[in-house]
Amino acid sequence: MKFLKLAALGAALLAASTVAQAGTTFESVKKKGFVQCGTNTGLAGFSAPDSKGVWSGLDIDMCKAFAATMFGDPTKFKVTPLTAQQRFTALQSGEVDVLVRNTTQTMTRDTSLGLIGVAVNFYDSQGIMVRKDSGIKSAKELNGATVCVQPGTTTELNLADWFRANKLSFKPVVIEKLDEVVGAFVSGRCDAYTTDKSGLASSRASQEKPDLYVILPENFSKEPLGPLVRQGDEQWLNVIRWSFNAMVEAEEYGVTQANLEEMLKSTNPNIQRILGVTPGMGKNLGVDEKWGYNIIKAVGNYGESFERNIGKNTPLMLERGLNQQWTKGGIMYAWPIR
Amino acid sequence: MMNLKNTVAAPAPKKNFSWNNPATRAIVYQVLAVALVGGVGWYMVHNTLHNLSVRNITTGFDFLTREAGFAIGEGLITFTPADTYQRAITVGVLNTLRVALCGILFATILGTIIGIARLSKNWLVRTVASVYVEVMRNIPLLLQLFFWYVIIIETMPGPRKAFHPLAGVFISNRGIQIPSVHGEGLTWLLVGLLLAVLLSLTLRVWARRRQDQTGKIFALGRSTLVLLLVTPALAWWLSGTQMSLDVPELKGFNFAGGLTLSPEFAALLFGLVIYTSAFIAEVVRSGIQSVDRGQWEAAGALGIKNSLVLRLVVLPQALRVIIPPMTSQYLNITKNSSLAVAIGYPDLVSVINTTLNQTGQAIEGILMIMAAYLTVSLSISFFMNWYNKRIALVER
Repeated sequence: MKFLKLAALGAALLAASTVAQAGTTFESVKKKGFVQCGTNTGLAGFSAPDSKGVWSGLDIDMCKAFAATMFGDPTKFKVTPLTAQQRFTALQSGEVDVLVRNTTQTMTRDTSLGLIGVAVNFYDSQGIMVRKDSGIKSAKELNGATVCVQPGTTTELNLADWFRANKLSFKPVVIEKLDEVVGAFVSGRCDAYTTDKSGLASSRASQEKPDLYVILPENFSKEPLGPLVRQGDEQWLNVIRWSFNAMVEAEEYGVTQANLEEMLKSTNPNIQRILGVTPGMGKNLGVDEKWGYNIIKAVGNYGESFERNIGKNTPLMLERGLNQQWTKGGIMYAWPIR
Repeated sequence: MMNLKNTVAAPAPKKNFSWNNPATRAIVYQVLAVALVGGVGWYMVHNTLHNLSVRNITTGFDFLTREAGFAIGEGLITFTPADTYQRAITVGVLNTLRVALCGILFATILGTIIGIARLSKNWLVRTVASVYVEVMRNIPLLLQLFFWYVIIIETMPGPRKAFHPLAGVFISNRGIQIPSVHGEGLTWLLVGLLLAVLLSLTLRVWARRRQDQTGKIFALGRSTLVLLLVTPALAWWLSGTQMSLDVPELKGFNFAGGLTLSPEFAALLFGLVIYTSAFIAEVVRSGIQSVDRGQWEAAGALGIKNSLVLRLVVLPQALRVIIPPMTSQYLNITKNSSLAVAIGYPDLVSVINTTLNQTGQAIEGILMIMAAYLTVSLSISFFMNWYNKRIALVER
């Protein structure tokens, strides 16, 4: 009799639970009080922890910007480090709210994963790195070479495609963890290491003697890196997209962390809209009117974030290149905040 | 005298479906349990499919026929990035089987030797074996794999400065290169080898029968060895076909030609064999110690040499105790080979992980991994259970 009662109770509970209504990400983030960001496990300049466990980088700055937009406080975010193989499942399942993990925006990712690419925060291309003493000056000399690569990335596919297109052959050594795949290259197991050129610069800078390694000039592919969110979440997508656009537009109109307070008094209508002096944009987004002001106060504009994390004065020493403003010869072209 | 015709049969038990009847209760409980399990199962599948479609994630196994687009470092069959995902997964499965079967073979041999060494009368041999078992059992396997991999790629020289102990053999951090044989003559050689195996099995049956009838012992070991060496060579010579040696040469970055034993495969094999042989040593030792001391003494009283006692009297009885835990160790080797993804060996898990990442279909990928391991493991335990039944003691 007791067993029967237990069984009946179990069946009733099962029947009562329906498919959980997830609600939109915007609402759940608002309720939680922080943004859960999926980032890299440790790519210097993009998202890496320092010796005290504090995360910093270009992607972490984006995360802080999202927190500043939603809550006015750039510290209201939590980081989930993800490997290349875990990143999409983590976003699909709801473990993270947004993926800011130097991820290439591709058609397959937009159409078959249930995710959508939001913006491009770094225009990159795939490259290949070799040891300087091998004397190789061009990737076309790498016939028969052993190349280290991480699995589950567009890097792996582009590598195969490029070698196929140029009728060269290679042997891959595929290792999941970033430190180990770089370690295999450094120890001599592979002749070359391939990933996005920003990643190559980052790994090269982390070595004891960066001058032993050289990044070859060839561009294997286009790699537009940027954040991704789940499909069906337009309000959250707007928060991500327009937070990023605010950072780029601010640089275009000369708003920096230093002159932020002065710019509040500016008569330029564009600046007035970005900083919320003219009300309306924040309300449309569903956040505080000072969202733009909060972002610049927290992380500065796009150029400042770039220079601070991966610019000429950092170990990565990356030039703005394609990532310069469109008014100065690059292709960073923010959609207007109006 | 009893009148048997007029006896009345005992009344049949009343078949009532009341709750008081334990049989009825049992049926009701079973039906409820099945319904509960079935209900939970249906709910989980339905919920998953619903969630997948709501989030626009594609389902189905159509991706298997699409082009893979990525390259695989090593495999038993050729694979190019233009081949399908299905072929990639086949390469992964073959790689797993390769390392699992080699691992099982070497771990059994090494484990048996160390297990017997632990029972040796020599103090040094016994202590070394004990230390080996205790140390290797207690270090996590993943650490051992990293250790071997780092040792191989850090200490071995680059291909330009490879060790060259024999003609055609190179040892470097790209692996061990040895010359390979190919040509029609190889097929004849293998045919001869198969013939030699069959001949030696029939010889064994005949020798056993002769020993039963006349008591004469036939030198089976030596004759089998001679057969295995001579018959293939004879087959090749008689066929008159050619065989050529493919010697590896340093061409540009790597060696071309010959057979390669990659550092990933070597590290995985070393790690798995050394780790599991410690467990197998203990299994073998417990099996031997389970045989009654009286068996040793009786065999000794019959005048049989110590080494023969182990092989002819003790080990056959010990096998009954050894086989079931041995099955578990073999299954462990197969499943532990999935750690290959940490050191870059393209096994089943590594290839399917890449596939599921590129296609985004995590559930189909994980189901395939589970199905593959289940099939391999079930085959191994099926074979071992059959062998166990064959050597089981038949009680009177």
